[in-house]
Amino acid sequence: MTRMTFAEAARRALAEEMRRDPLVWALGEDLVQGGIFGQYKGLVEEFGTERIVSTPISESTIMGAGLGAALCGTRPIVEMRIADFTLCAMDELVSQIAKVRYMFGGQGRASLVVRMPQGMWRNSAAQHSQCLEAWLTHIPGLVVVAPGTPADAAGLLKSAIRSDDPVVLMEPKNLWTAEGEVADDAAPIPFGVARHAASGDAATVVTWSACVPVVEQGARECGIACDVFDLRSLWPWDEAAVVTSVRRTGRLLVVHEAVTVSGFGAEVVARVVEAVGTGGLRAVERLGAARAPVPFSPPLENAMRITPARVAEAIRRVAGA
Amino acid sequence: MPGRSNETARRIAMLRDMARIRAFEQEAVAAMRSGEAPGVVHPSIGQEGVAVGVCSNLKRADRITSTHRGHGHAIAKGADARAMMLELHGRAGGSCGGKGGSMHIADFAVGMLGANGVVGAGIPIACGAAQAIRLTKEDAIVACFFGDGAVNRGPFLEGMNWAALYRLPVLFVCEDNGFAAFTRNSAVTAGGGPAVRAEACGVPATAVNGEDALAVDAAASELVARIRGGAGPQFLHAKCYRWEGHTGTDVAAYRPAEEAAAARERDCIRRLAAVLEAEGVPGAEIASIEAQAVAEMQGHRGAAMVAPWPDPGAAFSDVQDAGAPA
Repeated sequence: MTRMTFAEAARRALAEEMRRDPLVWALGEDLVQGGIFGQYKGLVEEFGTERIVSTPISESTIMGAGLGAALCGTRPIVEMRIADFTLCAMDELVSQIAKVRYMFGGQGRASLVVRMPQGMWRNSAAQHSQCLEAWLTHIPGLVVVAPGTPADAAGLLKSAIRSDDPVVLMEPKNLWTAEGEVADDAAPIPFGVARHAASGDAATVVTWSACVPVVEQGARECGIACDVFDLRSLWPWDEAAVVTSVRRTGRLLVVHEAVTVSGFGAEVVARVVEAVGTGGLRAVERLGAARAPVPFSPPLENAMRITPARVAEAIRRVAGA
Repeated sequence: MPGRSNETARRIAMLRDMARIRAFEQEAVAAMRSGEAPGVVHPSIGQEGVAVGVCSNLKRADRITSTHRGHGHAIAKGADARAMMLELHGRAGGSCGGKGGSMHIADFAVGMLGANGVVGAGIPIACGAAQAIRLTKEDAIVACFFGDGAVNRGPFLEGMNWAALYRLPVLFVCEDNGFAAFTRNSAVTAGGGPAVRAEACGVPATAVNGEDALAVDAAASELVARIRGGAGPQFLHAKCYRWEGHTGTDVAAYRPAEEAAAARERDCIRRLAAVLEAEGVPGAEIASIEAQAVAEMQGHRGAAMVAPWPDPGAAFSDVQDAGAPA
């Protein structure tokens, strides 16, 4: 085990996969310079400009070329720079990548990874801070992955690269510099298996991505022993682990940075209610963002932010109800 | 036939494919209009010379990307026409098992990477296919078909720049039939047109009469040779005319009937047939080739009408491995 940042864990995992499989390559803006978060740093020196490809600011073609390259047998990593820019390539992702295997009756697989770092980071304002995971969990064909720790950044990236499905990997921008223990030559982490981050009977708390350390801290600070799950992947997601826990606790809190309305938390709550029945829950709450864009100024942005204190308050409400 | 040149034999093969495309689409439109085939088709009748003129210069390993008006490209690249007709009828055994229909015909076995229901969407895909071919050191190129309407979409600009930047082995074929759906493309396109736009991005452009299959063949032959020689992407602007409406149900009332009638007089198939007759190919042989094409496609249509429907369970397969529908 080595202590390292989220970005370094992801960088090492990518390098290991590129050494393992010569068909893995990456394309996106500024990759030769290491990517804007350093997650590609040093890779061009080892793998050359044929496999670490800096591209024009042409999101549609970054995404669409990734598809064409996958259909011809390679395994591209499509780097979107930040998730917000994926909106310039939605046709390529949603109507092409997600659907080719199905539309063509199983001919051709879009075996590729789309990396789209997301969320609030350094007061980036409304066009550079969005969490849009629920847009993509809604799309048949896509696997949606949202790591929240350095170890998962490595293990989930490896699974994404080895997956024959198209995988959207949403790294939390705010956690690139977060540190954690990462195994040397980390093993791939399967999709759909939550990390059981804390144990307790007072409530079941479900989260992912940038809210993982926030929820862990909030749960510690409130002093109420909760079952905390980091989902790690949102499609597929570990419904069984969450439902099993809620059957015991009868109380469910879902925390995410994205706007609450139509967020993925709504899906989690709905599936749990379907599984345990309306009488199986004594309390349920979603803690997410207001249905407002992310503002620039620090006090304004902080007003939108999920904090450990807000998580602690929500746990008290749910556990005490 | 004794004394017949290779060139004539090749031209006869081109005529056969053009006749097969026309017969396929005539049967497809009739099947759609009668209700025996669901959905809509976008026929390329009158444009056969472009598909065949280009694909006659491609090898099996070469890839193509196509459009919503793509039956001709698929057949010219060697796709299985019976499976295509079954697909148009939504039947088991169709090219895509009945999951794609006319707008999503693909035949990966012959390098046909798919028709596409989104205008211009094949351009980025073709660029990436070419990058993969280079990375894996495959001996192949990509031909990317799109219509004149695509030149007003962003991916066209992105893709021209991209292909020129990386000197990718792509032949861009702008099949300019004059109409972007119901609108005359010149009415919605500023500036000097497709070729000028391509050249502005550094992709050399060649204009050709798309109603002259031999002219398309000659131009494509030269451009494909350049691409295989490492010259980077090339652009072929093929002017032609869409005989039918946007879809098989569109009567195209937005254009003068005389204009379409004049285009039919310039029929690319009759034009090639006339060249062959001048070279000594008997008219009866040409008539026989065309009759065989009609018989083949009528046979496919008849087979499709009685073919079994797909198992409804197939609606839920081939979505994804992880998180597949329950």
